[in-house]
Amino acid sequence: MENLVYIALFAPLVGSLFAALFAMTPKNLITAFVTSGLLFVSWVASSSLLMYVMDHGTISVNMMEWIAAGNLTIDFGFQVDAITAVMMVVVTTVSTVVHVYSIGYMEHDKGFNRFFSYLSAFVFSMMILVMSDNFAGLFIGWEGVGVCSWLLIGFWYHKADVSTDVNPSISPSWAANEAFIVNRIADLAMLIGIFLIYWNVGSLNYDVFFAAIPSLENSLLVSIGIALFIGAMGKSAQFPLHTWLADAMEGPTPVSALIHAATMVTAGVYLVVRANPLYAEIPNVSLFIAYLGTFVAIFAASMALVNRDLKRIIAYSTLSQLGYMFAAAGLGAYWVALFHLAAHAFFKALLFLGAGNVMHAMHDELDIFKMGGLKKAMRGTYLYMGLASLALAGIFPLAGFFSKDTILEVAFNEHTYIIWFVLWITAGLTAFYSFRQVFLTFDGDERYKKETDAHPHEVQNFVLVAMAPLAILAIIFGFFMNPFKEFATTILPAYEMSEHTHHIAWILIIVTTLIAVSGIVLAYKKYANGLVRDEKMENSFIYKLLQNQYYIPKFYMEFIAKPYKEISDILWNKVDMKVVDATVDGIAKIIYFTGDKSRKMQTGNLSDYLNWMGVGAMLLIVITALSMSLS
Amino acid sequence: MIGLSHYMILSGLLFSIGLIGVLRRKNLLMLFFATEIMLNAANIAFAAASHYYGDLSGQMFAFFVIAVAASEVAVGLGLLIVLYKKNGSLDLDNLTVMKG
Repeated sequence: MENLVYIALFAPLVGSLFAALFAMTPKNLITAFVTSGLLFVSWVASSSLLMYVMDHGTISVNMMEWIAAGNLTIDFGFQVDAITAVMMVVVTTVSTVVHVYSIGYMEHDKGFNRFFSYLSAFVFSMMILVMSDNFAGLFIGWEGVGVCSWLLIGFWYHKADVSTDVNPSISPSWAANEAFIVNRIADLAMLIGIFLIYWNVGSLNYDVFFAAIPSLENSLLVSIGIALFIGAMGKSAQFPLHTWLADAMEGPTPVSALIHAATMVTAGVYLVVRANPLYAEIPNVSLFIAYLGTFVAIFAASMALVNRDLKRIIAYSTLSQLGYMFAAAGLGAYWVALFHLAAHAFFKALLFLGAGNVMHAMHDELDIFKMGGLKKAMRGTYLYMGLASLALAGIFPLAGFFSKDTILEVAFNEHTYIIWFVLWITAGLTAFYSFRQVFLTFDGDERYKKETDAHPHEVQNFVLVAMAPLAILAIIFGFFMNPFKEFATTILPAYEMSEHTHHIAWILIIVTTLIAVSGIVLAYKKYANGLVRDEKMENSFIYKLLQNQYYIPKFYMEFIAKPYKEISDILWNKVDMKVVDATVDGIAKIIYFTGDKSRKMQTGNLSDYLNWMGVGAMLLIVITALSMSLS
Repeated sequence: MIGLSHYMILSGLLFSIGLIGVLRRKNLLMLFFATEIMLNAANIAFAAASHYYGDLSGQMFAFFVIAVAASEVAVGLGLLIVLYKKNGSLDLDNLTVMKG
């Protein structure tokens, strides 16, 4: 079993290093085949580990001692338990599909080999993140995925700012830096949390920490819980650190599917689920997490309502679904959060990959107002995206129905009716914006003929085939809810609904389905027969507010980025140039000046040198005599 | 009665003469002579101190100095001859070829 752990973990690394060898050379299909093949190997290993863990329980492996300094001992240890096994299978499944998909998507890209190297490196970091048995290893993976995300968002770093009529003008490298910097802010809090754990427990191992929780003071647990959650907020793009996720859509679409929908952004949820013994002890923080998640769910959904950018709509919906996950985790239903995480990974990755197909067909046009009627040309993609949107909207019997409905039930069961109500509204908004996007893209009149010079065509067949596993999972995954629950609750606390909730569960299901269906119907009525633009609505205050993302990016720019730049300018011109640089330059100038003056000693005449030597010797004698007489 | 201090004064005087010679003379050959005077001033000090303390190692050291001085002169005079053949003079003021 130990070998399987290593294979699952290191196969992506080997693939990444192999592809890195070809990074500077023109496109070579072998890199794609090797990385995809190795990821498939990793997937097989992860799946067998899942089977094994189901039968035999947790596997722990200690690879080597990593840091041993004084009292600090940190091992490179890995453990595969129910949570990890689920995460591993989700990560490897999605990433294998994305790798194969990228062979088609990146076909004409100059950085083809480099792309695969980054992508596999990302999977490796993600595997470390989920497999580590201590916070130090988790943090390495955490930073690793951050770096890979930076590399991949900025993959087309040479692109300049492109201003469109839907997007603020940003370049991929700008977006990459934004994502990285916002995450640094959150990571600082996370590091503080990790330090607090180490100071008070003396170990970073999960099991040791969880065992020590009862003996720790409540205030300390609260601060650790908050610090770790701020870290999770950064990675999972929760308010107010959410701005980077939508901008991260500047990266290639497979990256958005893998990193910014299915895996990396769920790392925050994973962290909260993993630290469930901690959050169970601090109900106030947990409740805050639930409320924040709920707020983000509706907040992001409202921005998705009016956005015109195909990928940004999906990005906001990812944000919204992450809010659902945090709501579930905050309410103590950790396995439900994990279930929604897995289900969401499958249908959201599918949705993104479908969006990638559309983008390809439309020559990188993302404005859905300029599309329409694409279903004729792209039947397969239409089917996939429709399916994924149905799953996202939570329509029976697709995966999203089961997971989202359970979250709503949990909210109801906890008597947090505000959360339930907001999430219920959000379910309606989700259905509306998903289908607004689908109908505007695929139905109605063919606006692209007038607006663009694209000639849409379906992608290669192998790309469609590669997406099939995700489609199948999006359909059937919901039916595995009960086995999943049984499996996950071997590690996670079992969350049971009360009798009362059980009785009215079917009412909740009907109510939820009703709002989802009405959202879809509304979208159909408004958009399926073509786009009729409503000038009055588009100029209304709320529409503008939503379209400008509540002016939060602008606020950050005006009140954080610009003052920061001004302070930096002052420090640069006044402090750095006039104090620091001046000191260093001054020392250099003194040495230069004295050297210039003493240069004249070098007359070339031996006699003069001897005289100088005599002077030196005399000086030494005098100093020696003085120091001897003084001591 | 001649004591240790007399020898030391003699040695110091000789050393000073040698040092002044090294500093003031312009002829390379004279510089050599001056160096020899300084070495022998040291030898006198060594021998006198050795006798004073009844310890032979000082005199042994003096022999080493003499041996080193002899080989130094052998090499140095060879170089001087080459230099004289090349320049026709041993005056230091005429030998300034390197300037800072």
